[in-house]
Amino acid sequence: MLESYLTDEVIRLQAEVDDWESAVRMGGQLLLDAQKCYPEYIEAMVRTVREMGPYMVLAPGLALAHARPEDGAREVGLSLLTLKTPVEFGSKANDPVELVISFCAIDKDSHVDVLKALAGFLRKEENQQLLRDAETVDQILTAFEKQNE
Amino acid sequence: MKRLRIMMVCGFGLGSSLVLRMTVDEVLQKHNIKAETFSSDADTAVGQRYDLVITSGEMEKLFASIEEPVIVIDNFLSPDEVEEKALPVIQKMMAEE
Repeated sequence: MLESYLTDEVIRLQAEVDDWESAVRMGGQLLLDAQKCYPEYIEAMVRTVREMGPYMVLAPGLALAHARPEDGAREVGLSLLTLKTPVEFGSKANDPVELVISFCAIDKDSHVDVLKALAGFLRKEENQQLLRDAETVDQILTAFEKQNE
Repeated sequence: MKRLRIMMVCGFGLGSSLVLRMTVDEVLQKHNIKAETFSSDADTAVGQRYDLVITSGEMEKLFASIEEPVIVIDNFLSPDEVEEKALPVIQKMMAEE
């Protein structure tokens, strides 16, 4: 399931960013380029982190960035960014962040299955490590295939 | 026996809280506990009906004035942490029912 959302065009590896905001913007830009959202969605993602705090850093080193469906989502979409140098989001528990997964949802339900698949994948520590270390998108896609087995 | 209503809370009730709910469901299933789990957004969370809240450190302050237990989980992907912090509270509440 993950491979149908996290395709080559929405994965960026070892990205160099200055801070959390540029990381979130880059993750959002991938969604925009894939026509999963409108430009205002990116602004809403940044605003959400700023206003609601870094709660989106939901596990050590891992941020799940998103805004609301009504903030400019077009369809269910995911993007994955791995960072060359980790950045601080301000999360007491889980900084610094090396993996940024961005998503857009169009309602409360239609993204649940893919999020479930993603959580199942990420729950395995070795998969998070694989994402952090990946040098090619193929390495990641192969791991998604394995997850399906 | 009454089923506990366990509420997971994040900003919009769309992302983090869903992931946390999956982890909590897994732990409940492993321990054969039947409870109702649901996620909520920060704006409407306090007014919902629940017996127990599980959320992040950032959201904890929303629940400063409620009587129900609030459990903070740092790693939403960790069944171990949920087992360690939430399971004893859930089991105690079930025993009191």
